[in-house]
Amino acid sequence: MSPSPSPTAATAATPLLAVRGLSKSFAGFPALDGVDVTLRHGEIHALLGENGAGKSTFIKAITGVVTRDAGTVTLDGAPVAPRSADEALKAGIATVYQEVNLLPNLTVAQNLFLGRQPTRFGLVREVEMRRRSIALLRDFDLDIDVGAPLGDYSVAVQHLVAIARAVDMSARILILDEPTASLDAHEVEILFRVMRNLAGKGLGILFVTHFLDQVYAITDRITVLRNGRLVGERETAALPRMELIRMMLGRELSEAASEHPAKAATEAAPDAGGAIRFEGFGKAGYVAPFDLALASGQVVGLAGLLGSGRTETARLLFGVESADHGRLTIDGEAVRLASPRDAIRHGFGYCPEERKTEGIVAELTVRENIVLALQARRGALHPLSRREQDAIAQRFITMLDIRPPDPERPIGLLSGGNQQKALLARWLATEPRLLILDEPTRGIDVGAHAEIIRLIRQLCTEGLALVVISSELEEIVSYADRVIVMRDRRQTAVLEGEAVNVTAILQAIAADTPPLAA
Amino acid sequence: MTRYLPVIVTAAVFALGYAICALQFPAFLSTRVIANLLTDNAFLGILAVGMTFVIISGGIDLSVGSVVGFTTVFLALAIETWGIPPLAAFMLVLFVATLFGATMGALIQGFDMPPFIVTLAGMFLARGASFLLSTESIPVTAPLYSAVSDFAFRLPGGGRLSVVGMVMLAVFFAGGIALHLTRFGANVYALGGSRVSTGLMGITVGRHTAAIYALSSFLAGLSGIVFSLYTSSGYSLSAVGVELDTIAAVVIGGTLLTGGHGFMIGTFLGVLMQGLIQTYINFDGTLSSWWTKIVTGVLLFAFIAFQQATLALARRSVRGATAKGATP
Repeated sequence: MSPSPSPTAATAATPLLAVRGLSKSFAGFPALDGVDVTLRHGEIHALLGENGAGKSTFIKAITGVVTRDAGTVTLDGAPVAPRSADEALKAGIATVYQEVNLLPNLTVAQNLFLGRQPTRFGLVREVEMRRRSIALLRDFDLDIDVGAPLGDYSVAVQHLVAIARAVDMSARILILDEPTASLDAHEVEILFRVMRNLAGKGLGILFVTHFLDQVYAITDRITVLRNGRLVGERETAALPRMELIRMMLGRELSEAASEHPAKAATEAAPDAGGAIRFEGFGKAGYVAPFDLALASGQVVGLAGLLGSGRTETARLLFGVESADHGRLTIDGEAVRLASPRDAIRHGFGYCPEERKTEGIVAELTVRENIVLALQARRGALHPLSRREQDAIAQRFITMLDIRPPDPERPIGLLSGGNQQKALLARWLATEPRLLILDEPTRGIDVGAHAEIIRLIRQLCTEGLALVVISSELEEIVSYADRVIVMRDRRQTAVLEGEAVNVTAILQAIAADTPPLAA
Repeated sequence: MTRYLPVIVTAAVFALGYAICALQFPAFLSTRVIANLLTDNAFLGILAVGMTFVIISGGIDLSVGSVVGFTTVFLALAIETWGIPPLAAFMLVLFVATLFGATMGALIQGFDMPPFIVTLAGMFLARGASFLLSTESIPVTAPLYSAVSDFAFRLPGGGRLSVVGMVMLAVFFAGGIALHLTRFGANVYALGGSRVSTGLMGITVGRHTAAIYALSSFLAGLSGIVFSLYTSSGYSLSAVGVELDTIAAVVIGGTLLTGGHGFMIGTFLGVLMQGLIQTYINFDGTLSSWWTKIVTGVLLFAFIAFQQATLALARRSVRGATAKGATP
């Protein structure tokens, strides 16, 4: 790492915030593993990484929302260990989340001064409070009626008000967690000006985002996390975009990914009869229209950065969100896809990324979780007998090697990899023709990882069509017949056959676009 | 502006209703009717002040009617049977009621239980306790009681502003100041907006929840004292179902049941509205008193529909004005 000081840095000797060896595990699975982050005075520092990289755990660990297992946090050389967001705030670390944590029903002035309003004889001095609010917001180029409810203003203004409150409460470090996700280009510009202004006064700003254009527009340095580990810390100006994406997505070739499969067997599969075809499928403001043809035995990979529209595409394919244009034909016949029920009837299956909240039912047993989708398809009037359920559960536990092989154990007690396998079993039990897997290897250990990839390959040789979303490019390359690259919620490239390789995907993701996401 | 709309509509409807009454019965314009309106609705008004705090904070308190019943029985027994001086009995019952409310608030916060359930339990508990004390209606003959009912400010035109009426006005005044002009009041609105955000902004959510329910029960105790003075008796079946009248008054006054919005003056108008309907029926003489309930029901329904409509309107205007205010 080059030690060249950022233009406004007071001194590089004592950093404003120094995090050393921060570790945190959840249920034995490390979410953060010895992470170091250094934030200097007057610096805007990007914290980057894909989903599950550990960004949010990092923020929670330094602001005391979760306790850390190991590591030190020092603020201007003095160790700090806040135990709550409130204590962190008092220590000088303020966080503004994507969801504005203010009160839309209160006035702007009340939001700025809640809990610390100027009073006289116990009564709030409304006029004084408004005068101070106006003065405070002037620094943020905000000239608004501070007596109006905050909810009357746009999200951008609400963000600025949240930042103003944090800064006024003597924050020295400002953590902005995806502040720009719901802002338009003009609003982002205003936010950036405020950020530069604050950095100029010596505040350190930790900026979490998934818009790389914004990273290059505003930040001085970048720290990249991946799978809970520190990948590296770089000067923004000295880090080419391609290299940055490689840092975020790249992965040491695992034994599973390195052995390339015989793709030739499936390449012959044509787009013709027997195929599921989505034509001009899309939803305004959600995912731009796309075409997708899936033949049995084919694996289509969806690649792209976080927020590029991969999961959104999967939700459209499964009818969770209903498309407002385009059509779906199966075996040449036009069919309706307005809900997940329709999708299940057509033989689709979907393993969502949020395994814990959208996938498993933690209190139910492995057996009950496995038969869930099959039972749903048969309807409540045709219950599976206990014997059938046992047979199905036993078959898949053996086939997928779910451990421990106990069908009556609550699924919440299994490891992530085995939960994932049980979820796969749930859909396989319905004998689907199309299975959509969103990050099937996220958050599971290396051994299970290899097994899931082996299963994916096996499934497609058995004639299933698969759509797999993954941030692990080597992994996608190892099994996909075709890779669709997404960016800003539209398909930007389709790679097939020989063209499916990591470099080509990285290039498609990094392809230059105008600065600032509009 | 949409914030004030429900209150403005309530005020307009009240003015219109009063005008209709006055046209039909000119006596409505006399101070006597106005003073009686205040006296007769004093206990309801005091309850409604507490309920306004609770509802704006996003909660509900179903126990207040039972606390009134308990208070009247407790006072009658304390003064008549146990020989405790009336003022000491008042202090004692206010203390018990406040503790009762603080406990409910602590349970709501501590165990993350819905206020509906906790205060429903509180309602049965307080009502049961008053039956335990006595099932009889006990008259109170203490000299203080007759002195209080005799005392009144003579208004020009023959009206008598009674002590209980003055107590209600004072409670509304103090409640309005506490709600609109203090930090505590701002925090009540904040809780109704979002408990999570309020906590993240450094407000102690637990203490405030306990304080809000304690305040509601304290005022229910005060209302019980007023009811006891007003009827000069204690009866375990008094004020049955009054919690619902109270909620109706608050909602008709323009306070949103979802919390976070409302004004004390609206609640005052809501209470007077119910009193007005009752008075009209008394004047008419031929109508059954159940018409009060029917008209209240219709009004409640109309106001909730109206609130939903203005909320939807407000939301649309926010969406339309996304760029508003972000002037560089």
